[in-house]
Amino acid sequence: MLSVRNLEVDYGQAHILSNLALEVLSGEVVVLIGRNGAGKSTTMKAIMGLVPARAGEIRFQGHKVDHLRPYAVARLGIGYVPEDRRIFTDLSVRENLDVGRRTPSGAGALWTPDRVFALFPNLAEMQDRAGGMLSGGEQQMLAIARTLMGNPTLLLLDEPSEGLAPLIVEQMAEAILTLKRQGLSVLLSEQNLHFAHLVADRAYVIEKGRIRYSGTMAELAADKEVRDAYLSL
Amino acid sequence: MDFSSIVVQFLNGLAGASSLFLVAAGLSLIFGVTRVVNFAHGSFYMLGLFLAYSLAGRFGGTPTGFWISLLVSALVVGVVGALVEIVILRRTYRSPELFQLLATFAVVLVIKDVALAIWGADSLLGRRAPGLSGSFQFFGKVIPAYDLVLIAAGPVVLGLLWLIVRRTRFGRLVRAATQDREMVGALGVNEAWLFTGVFFLGSFLAGLGGAIVLPREPANLSLDIAVIADAFVVVVVGGMGSLPGAYLAALLIAEVKALCIAIGDVSMFGYTVSFSRLTLVVEFVVMAVVLVVRPYGLLGRPSATPRAQVAIMAASRPPRGRWILLVIAVLAVAPLLIDRYSIVLLNDVLVFALFAASLHFFMGTGGMISFGHAAYFGIGAYAAALLLKRAGLQMEVALTLAPVAGGIAALFFGWFCVRLSGVYLAMLTLAFAQIAWSIAYQWDALTGGSNGMVGVWPAAWLADKAAFYWLTLGVTVVGVLWLWRMASSPFGYGLRAGRDSPLRAEALGIDVRRQQWFTFGVVGAVAAAAGALYAFSKGSISPDVMGIQRSVDALVMVLLGGVHSLVGPLVGAAVLTWLQDEIIRDTEYWRGLLGLAILALVLLLPQGLAGARDLWRRKPA
Ligand SMILES: Nc1ncnc2c1ncn2[C@@H]1O[C@H](COP(=O)(O)OP(=O)(O)O)[C@@H](O)[C@H]1O
Ligand SMILES: [Mg+2]
Repeated sequence: MLSVRNLEVDYGQAHILSNLALEVLSGEVVVLIGRNGAGKSTTMKAIMGLVPARAGEIRFQGHKVDHLRPYAVARLGIGYVPEDRRIFTDLSVRENLDVGRRTPSGAGALWTPDRVFALFPNLAEMQDRAGGMLSGGEQQMLAIARTLMGNPTLLLLDEPSEGLAPLIVEQMAEAILTLKRQGLSVLLSEQNLHFAHLVADRAYVIEKGRIRYSGTMAELAADKEVRDAYLSL
Repeated sequence: MDFSSIVVQFLNGLAGASSLFLVAAGLSLIFGVTRVVNFAHGSFYMLGLFLAYSLAGRFGGTPTGFWISLLVSALVVGVVGALVEIVILRRTYRSPELFQLLATFAVVLVIKDVALAIWGADSLLGRRAPGLSGSFQFFGKVIPAYDLVLIAAGPVVLGLLWLIVRRTRFGRLVRAATQDREMVGALGVNEAWLFTGVFFLGSFLAGLGGAIVLPREPANLSLDIAVIADAFVVVVVGGMGSLPGAYLAALLIAEVKALCIAIGDVSMFGYTVSFSRLTLVVEFVVMAVVLVVRPYGLLGRPSATPRAQVAIMAASRPPRGRWILLVIAVLAVAPLLIDRYSIVLLNDVLVFALFAASLHFFMGTGGMISFGHAAYFGIGAYAAALLLKRAGLQMEVALTLAPVAGGIAALFFGWFCVRLSGVYLAMLTLAFAQIAWSIAYQWDALTGGSNGMVGVWPAAWLADKAAFYWLTLGVTVVGVLWLWRMASSPFGYGLRAGRDSPLRAEALGIDVRRQQWFTFGVVGAVAAAAGALYAFSKGSISPDVMGIQRSVDALVMVLLGGVHSLVGPLVGAAVLTWLQDEIIRDTEYWRGLLGLAILALVLLLPQGLAGARDLWRRKPA
């Protein structure tokens, strides 16, 4: 579904991503796991075309998407939920959803406000509240809901559990699993192995802009060496 | 002044506010979504008024024909705005912001000359609205019936805009993009069309603002600049991005002006103060008070304020000493080898090189943008002329004191400006420059008004063109070297630290605002020295010396030569001065040609002449 090869990204003089490759298959939930500053967010932004890649190839369902503008990438079916959520604070919950609304190019079940409210019942109660008045957890839900309104087939979730209360983290994991059951593919980034275990099928471990390890969650769980080298604080 | 005349002026103010609001609302919308400061917005207003003049003149005999003519005029302006976005601006979004500004200013020049070609240079008063050409009595005063239409237009359009922004998907996208347009793009919205749509709407509003004043205001070619300056003030006072704020600000300013007219002449302590002539200064007082009390404007919010996005410039070193000496030597012997005309031209080049160098310091090292740099140049020129002619001082003394006057004026303006940042600050500099201009223009008794002052000649020993040229060379060399030295002094490093990362600089104990304020004084003094030299070299001055055109010339010089380099503004000054000399001689449409040349530059070399891209790269959002 998504395949990234040989991706190189620089910020000015600094090489941030080097020779990065990863793959997401249809219906999979894949986690990109690594410490703060490892390059997870940059990877996602590069896939969306929000930061330019110096080299490499990004393909999505057979289309080459590197060099496409972000809106074109989104229209092909990649939904992006940024780490800092970037809710439109002046707009109400419903209006935020409306900005994300898009009719899908292909067939498939259409996301409607009612459907996303079913997924995140908390949001249903505050449809007219301004985005800026929501709690962190509610903003995260709204950010995902807003992206779902674009009817993506692949969801990029940048650290969805960051800064959330344990109860909300559980809800978030539930929601992601629901999405997976509905056939959505997900690439999420995490520092938190616990959350990754709740939802992911496979993991890539990233450190200093390079993929250091890839394997199933079960393999990663068994590999204490990798975890100690790249993930423990 | 009695009650009824106050009421009449109040209604007059309400009528004036509407048109101003339409223009400012369009400017604010466009800026909010695209981050383009559309200098051409006043030109769109002017175009709307001219079009309405022609269309209503032809089809406006009946009420239906009249109103349709106004609407069509506004729609045509909307289409022009959309075309400007599609054909020109769309290619510049990846360029440094200043290039977009330049592009919109080039559009100003082109529209001005197109209007000159079609409608001529005379003021044209349009047809009265059929059915509303009369007036009615109010407390014994006469009020034109059409004013009621104008009074209603502001609130009605505000209401309609509110509906569009709140109740349509387009409006939601506009609001979302005003906050975070990158995210809107990442959600699959094609920003290009959103931008075009906003440009259409904003330009339509400007065109409508012009069209509806047809029966009240004569159309003329100077409206573009007058209106854009007013619109900047309204947007800054109202708070960027706030439509109700824009209305409130337009109302406040129009009312205060109307009040001044109502007060008229007042005698105080034996002096007669003519309030009706103070209208432009009063606008400034309103703005100053509002900004001190509410830095983001009446209804603006800090969150809606764009981050200061001034270019980042690599530290660049001055050229080696021996190159400097060589250039100075060549310039020093030049008068011996060239004719009189060329000496005068070269003198202009040096004057503008000094002027451009001061703006370059302000932008490059200071990290601020000035749209009104000509203010200091002009204040220097007027100070020199006034000290010579009115105070009867010797020319040498006048020349020495002019930079002091420029520095003090700049410190005064700067005190307000440094409270803001980014585009707000730049708009404020333009507003101040327009105020300085209007004082020079209106204060006949002191400055000679629009005629300016003549007989501003240098002392006898400098009467020879070559002798004066050497004086100019000396002042320019000293001024430029002083600025270069300052750029790499502790003050310069502190400024750059503040420019690149204000928060970190503050944490290091640098008072960024204070340093920026000081920068105003420095560049004001240098620009004023250039202005004084200019005045003495020409022998006469007029308000044009501080017109907006000159401010833009300075920006063009800096950008043309390449912002990254200390030598850039000097080269830019030489190229532009020479180019203007060449084209002014050949055609009356030199403005339009210059505009087209700037557009070609912006479109063909979107990164600037000297690879400015690397140095003007924006910080990632
Ligand atoms: N806008 C930027 N400019 C320069 N460097 C950046 C920028 N954003 C991130 N970086 C650097 O890139 C590296 C990777 O950052 P990021 O992708 O955000 O990591 P992660 O999401 O894994 O925490 C970090 O070292 C960070 O400092
Ligand atoms: Mg991150």
